[in-house]
Amino acid sequence: MGSEEQHEQWPARLHVVTGKGGTGKTTVAAALALALARGGRRTLLVEVEGRQGIAQLFGTDPLPYEERRIATTPDGGEVRALAVDPEEALLEYLDMFYRLGAAGRALRKLGAIDFATTIAPGLRDVLLTGKVKEATTRSVNGRRAYHAVVLDAPPTGRIGRFLNVTTETARLAKVGPIKSQSEGVAALLRSPMTAVHVVTLLEEMPVQESADAIGELTALGIGIGKVIVNGARPPLLASRGRVTKQELKRGLAAAGLPADAGSVAALQAEAQAHLTRRELEESLRTELAELGRPMIELPQLADGVDAAALRTLADRLAGRG
Amino acid sequence: MPTATARLDVDALLADPSIRIVVCCGAGGVGKTTTAAALGVRAAERHGRRTVVLTIDPARRLAQSLGLTELDNTPRQVKGIDTDSSGGELHAMMLDMKRTFDEVVQAHTDPARAQEIFANPFYQAMSSTFSGTQEYMAMEKLGQLRSRDEWDLIVVDTPPSRSALDFLDAPARLSRFLDGRMLRLLMAPARAGGRSMFNLVTASFGVFSRVVQKVIGAQLLTDLSGFVAALDSMFGGFRQRAERTYQVLQDRETAFLLVAAPEPDAVREAQYFAERLVAERMPLAGLVLNRVHSTTLDLDAAASLAAADALDAAGDQAVTADALRVHAALVRQTEREAQVAQRFTAAFPAVPTVPVTAQPADIHDVDGLRTIGDALAA
Ligand SMILES: Nc1ncnc2c1ncn2[C@@H]1O[C@H](COP(=O)(O)OP(=O)(O)OP(=O)(O)O)[C@@H](O)[C@H]1O
Ligand SMILES: Nc1ncnc2c1ncn2[C@@H]1O[C@H](COP(=O)(O)OP(=O)(O)OP(=O)(O)O)[C@@H](O)[C@H]1O
Ligand SMILES: [Mg+2]
Ligand SMILES: [Mg+2]
Repeated sequence: MGSEEQHEQWPARLHVVTGKGGTGKTTVAAALALALARGGRRTLLVEVEGRQGIAQLFGTDPLPYEERRIATTPDGGEVRALAVDPEEALLEYLDMFYRLGAAGRALRKLGAIDFATTIAPGLRDVLLTGKVKEATTRSVNGRRAYHAVVLDAPPTGRIGRFLNVTTETARLAKVGPIKSQSEGVAALLRSPMTAVHVVTLLEEMPVQESADAIGELTALGIGIGKVIVNGARPPLLASRGRVTKQELKRGLAAAGLPADAGSVAALQAEAQAHLTRRELEESLRTELAELGRPMIELPQLADGVDAAALRTLADRLAGRG
Repeated sequence: MPTATARLDVDALLADPSIRIVVCCGAGGVGKTTTAAALGVRAAERHGRRTVVLTIDPARRLAQSLGLTELDNTPRQVKGIDTDSSGGELHAMMLDMKRTFDEVVQAHTDPARAQEIFANPFYQAMSSTFSGTQEYMAMEKLGQLRSRDEWDLIVVDTPPSRSALDFLDAPARLSRFLDGRMLRLLMAPARAGGRSMFNLVTASFGVFSRVVQKVIGAQLLTDLSGFVAALDSMFGGFRQRAERTYQVLQDRETAFLLVAAPEPDAVREAQYFAERLVAERMPLAGLVLNRVHSTTLDLDAAASLAAADALDAAGDQAVTADALRVHAALVRQTEREAQVAQRFTAAFPAVPTVPVTAQPADIHDVDGLRTIGDALAA
């Protein structure tokens, strides 16, 4: 994609990818980081849930808390990946302001850090989003360190709370670094530099949750980017209401295949089930379109997701293929 | 004898009067709630059992058709099911986690103390958002339903979580957290220069608690310690209840059904869970492989696609060509699913399994649940 074109399609600098669990957030986030790296750029793919989803997807060893190159594009682009660990982020943060040093590491062994981030989930979230903000706005020698940052975010059910850092940390300290940190994060998340993309399947619950999340985020003043329909199937039997036995019988005979009553009935049942499914998918598509956000569809890939598959998905996201 | 594993006999399970609890577990989105509801309908209609289904976050339309519109955290009788000949009954409820937590607090302390706890902002946050609260409260509700001894059969759905293991792990995590040991440690002043061999650690704690106070605020820590202190008195009760329910789950009156989608991730998850149940001596009755595809047309994918292409080349049988492509995709999918299922079977040859066909549309009414029930018992 040319840089102008890319900028028009994906104008944000921080891309937050959410969606119902299992809809393909990690896959889509990775494909997007790859798409945006084309043209010799550098992007950062970040995960925050401690699940090592990126390492699993790319088939590498678990990622350390460190930005590492994970993929390149033929035209010299580069995707780096980072698994933000809330404990590490807290220590890094405390070090910055309070110089805990080795004492901090000792506390970690005791589980104290885990405890502190657990009693105040808002604290954990502001640390995670704070790290993402730092990477998004970082510059090196006067130039942006990353052309774009893509966040493989928590699922729709938790995304509102996760991104609503100022409210969640309001119960925490009223002054001091945490407060200014959360205000900085909130400002970035509510600016045009950030877009939240929602991944969904053409299934009822993911679509419902997408609509709910978009409503929730909009109310919070956080900008929605695209609705990404993942796992879309090719439109076979398009524009057909039903399929008759006669036409299948003729067709099977023409193809030189058995056209006995049993075979015809079996094929008809399969075609009919497909049509029922399509009809449902069509109405879900309409529901999604009514959300008023640009939509992109990514195909269901038959053999799972490997490097080649990610490139195919990246092509689609880049508006090609 | 063929090496295939035994097929799960769901009707035998539901008809068995010694089985009093069926727990439907599995990773997120695999069909736990649907399966639980379908089992409830079948137990009441076909096996005449006085059944209650405890659902957790059911999809809206399913909740409506079960009459789950009242959020009063108690079972309501489900209308529109046919129990005339069987004499069974179906009741259903939707877990209200915050209310269940409130009930536990009320059961263990005096009204004044309870009010104090309810007003604590930390309690408010924790009773509605702490990860693990939902699992703990699902167990608590199960304990309550069972202790009333009103039901022939309790079917339990489990909370949506990434991993089925959370259902077993969360209560322990929550009670570890609630026992407040870490908090006391955190708030203890440093004994600078003390003789402990953990000098660095204790000193760190001093620094740390000061830092934590600065970072998360003294007020929060005060609320938190108030909360922990208030809970302290009832904590024993908390833990005992959780332990008792945990024991019920190990009892022979309980049957776990593991629900999994025929996908690699889901089946891998199912394996972890099955191992864990064995380790916990919890009775795994079987695996429900949900949303499985099947075909009755004996034509392989390659031949089907070749025929479709030939028809398209000839030009006038576009519908059959597409139907053949639909068939080819279905065949490929059934093959992939069979491979995945095979992995589970190879790892757990002794666990009976039943496939449930993927319906073309979502399940949101009693008829749909009957269809799933039929598939489960087929
Ligand atoms: N377009 C696609 N075609 C085929 N398989 C896909 C596609 N997108 C995702 N998948 C597969 O679906 C599964 C779920 O995808 P992924 O892990 O990206 O979802 P997720 O939303 O990140 O899940 P979680 O909520 O568990 O983090 C994976 O096995 C992935 O390989
Ligand atoms: N055999 C089936 N055929 C078609 N659709 C199904 C089948 N089983 C479940 N579904 C649909 O799949 C979706 C998820 O099912 P369900 O809500 O039962 O899953 P769950 O495991 O309870 O999910 P969660 O983890 O989110 O609680 C629902 O929309 C349901 O109607
Ligand atoms: Mg993921
Ligand atoms: Mg459910």
